[in-house]
Amino acid sequence: MNWLEIVSVIAAAIAVSFGAIGPALAEGRAVAAAMDAIARQPEAAGTISRTLFVGLAMIETMAIYCLVIALLVLFANPFLR
Amino acid sequence: MRSPLVVETVFTVGPVPITEPVLVTWGLIAVVALLAAAAKRSLSLRPSPAQAALEVVVSIVQSHITETMRVASAPYVALIGTLFIFILLANWSSAIPGIEPPTAYIETDAALALIVFLAVIFYGIRVRGPLAYLRTFAEPTLLMVPLNIIETFTRTFSLIVRLFGNVMSGMFIVGIVLSLAGLLVPIPLMALELLIGAVQAYIFAVLAMVFIGHAVGEPGKPKRSQGIMT
Repeated sequence: MNWLEIVSVIAAAIAVSFGAIGPALAEGRAVAAAMDAIARQPEAAGTISRTLFVGLAMIETMAIYCLVIALLVLFANPFLR
Repeated sequence: MRSPLVVETVFTVGPVPITEPVLVTWGLIAVVALLAAAAKRSLSLRPSPAQAALEVVVSIVQSHITETMRVASAPYVALIGTLFIFILLANWSSAIPGIEPPTAYIETDAALALIVFLAVIFYGIRVRGPLAYLRTFAEPTLLMVPLNIIETFTRTFSLIVRLFGNVMSGMFIVGIVLSLAGLLVPIPLMALELLIGAVQAYIFAVLAMVFIGHAVGEPGKPKRSQGIMT
């Protein structure tokens, strides 16, 4: 195993771990705000939860981007040909 | 470990390689088509339990379309409902032993997102007309034209990556836990993966609705944008 592969593995781990921090905090805040809104207005729960799901998917995409970058680094690394 | 970005060829038809996700996709298409044909043959005014269940699904899709897009749902039910049912069955096909969900490979997701991309343009032009649809790209101001054009492509890309990342990572996690911990341990994770598959199918369908609804616009006030945008 040369140093480029070692660096790739470390870089993939760093990308996923640090890339997950922001979306995790953001999803927590979004769910908390939606819970608050549902508690105040239970009759709007359907609309709120639908919008929440779509919003969570949007936020989650950021973490998924990091995952894809990590996969590219691990499995399709252009420097490891 | 096998790369998730590479698919093996099962056999080739002339110059066209047929891969395993393609075979699973064909199987799913056949199953859905046969079930739909069987359900269509026995339609009656006094519905059987199966017909009542299917009618519930169709009416849920219709009510979601009218609530999200705020237009009549009739032209979109077929597209959105088919996308939802196909992605749901594709994600849940991982429950069958020996079958990997075709949505865990990026090519299937790219094809699905391409359908949405083309449907947005098609419905936008059909409802608004070509010039009025092009004008929506300059909607708040003329300065937004490059951003709106870029957004059209990035949201398609994010549709691809979202579905691929979720399904593929679920499959990967089950595989890793199975190799580390052994038999029966990843069962809760597989249940979680079923839930994630359902949520992702729902999200894909809702996002397709939102994008098409944005392109179509409200009939009363076509200048106002509505709904959620990426």
